[in-house]
Amino acid sequence: MKRWIMVVPLAVFLLMAVFLYKGLFLKPDELPSAMIGKPFPAFSLQSVQGDRTLTQADLQGRPALVNVWGTWCPSCKVEHPYLNQLAEQGVVIHGINYKDDNAAALKWLAEFHNPYQLDIRDEQGSLGLDLGVYGAPETFLIDAKGIIRYKHVGVVDATVWREQLAPLYQGLVDEGQP
Amino acid sequence: MKRWLAAAVLGLSLAGMARAAIDTYQFRDDAERERYQQLTKELRCPKCQNQDIADSNAPIAADLRREIFRMLGENQSNQQIIDFMVDRYGDFVRYKPALTARTWLLWFGPGVLLAGGFVVLAVIVRRRRSPVAQGTCELSVDERERLAKLLDKEQTHD
Repeated sequence: MKRWIMVVPLAVFLLMAVFLYKGLFLKPDELPSAMIGKPFPAFSLQSVQGDRTLTQADLQGRPALVNVWGTWCPSCKVEHPYLNQLAEQGVVIHGINYKDDNAAALKWLAEFHNPYQLDIRDEQGSLGLDLGVYGAPETFLIDAKGIIRYKHVGVVDATVWREQLAPLYQGLVDEGQP
Repeated sequence: MKRWLAAAVLGLSLAGMARAAIDTYQFRDDAERERYQQLTKELRCPKCQNQDIADSNAPIAADLRREIFRMLGENQSNQQIIDFMVDRYGDFVRYKPALTARTWLLWFGPGVLLAGGFVVLAVIVRRRRSPVAQGTCELSVDERERLAKLLDKEQTHD
């Protein structure tokens, strides 16, 4: 028998070990967004307050976070205080009230404070569908031209903000200031 | 007896239905229904990741089914509908990914491995049949004598 054949099982083992080791750090429930680098989808929806019609043009002008939420979503309640905190620091956040009861949404915003500059009412989930939303909370980062730059699936907390969103957001803000 | 039979048939038919999420869509013809069923089986639910959207009760799967039904009503082709989904949810939603440089291994990997297995098998079989291999199996005259001696020794030992 040739010597090199003895090495084959070891090589196969090492190859598999590399793949399995990488697999330990994968997060299969966080899909890479197909929307990164694309403009924010066109929409024309009422505000949650019902006082105006909002379109994608309203989101342009400044980099912003666009947070998809609903009163039916427990994790949204978890992240809400942190969004309030970010809004107080001057971060621009818009909200998409996704597949929700509007009265419940209004009550929630009155009760827990409203961190959103614009409140988009997506009762049918049509905007959510165009955004590739598959749950809540999801948070998009858009630049001043309304191009989607990043998407975070799940709760935004201090760690997520510090490590993922803040550097990108700051980068976009700095881009806008010559 | 007849009643029991009817109950059994009804029960079995319900068991078949229980697998699929319940929607009530009216299709124009059987061809459209078939396309709907094919598409919802081919597309993967983004939320509950190991189910197709026909099988899933997640709200997002229901939305996607409704969207597929709407697009079928607008006479869009299967490819258009799949592109619509991939644009929003990425290649992930396809249970049958498109054939690209990235998915080449996925599509042909198993075939290549199978072919490799057959090649190895053929080599082994051929080697066993070859006269060289047979020669090594036969004992030389010297070896036969030695074997006979050893066997003798063993027998006298007993």
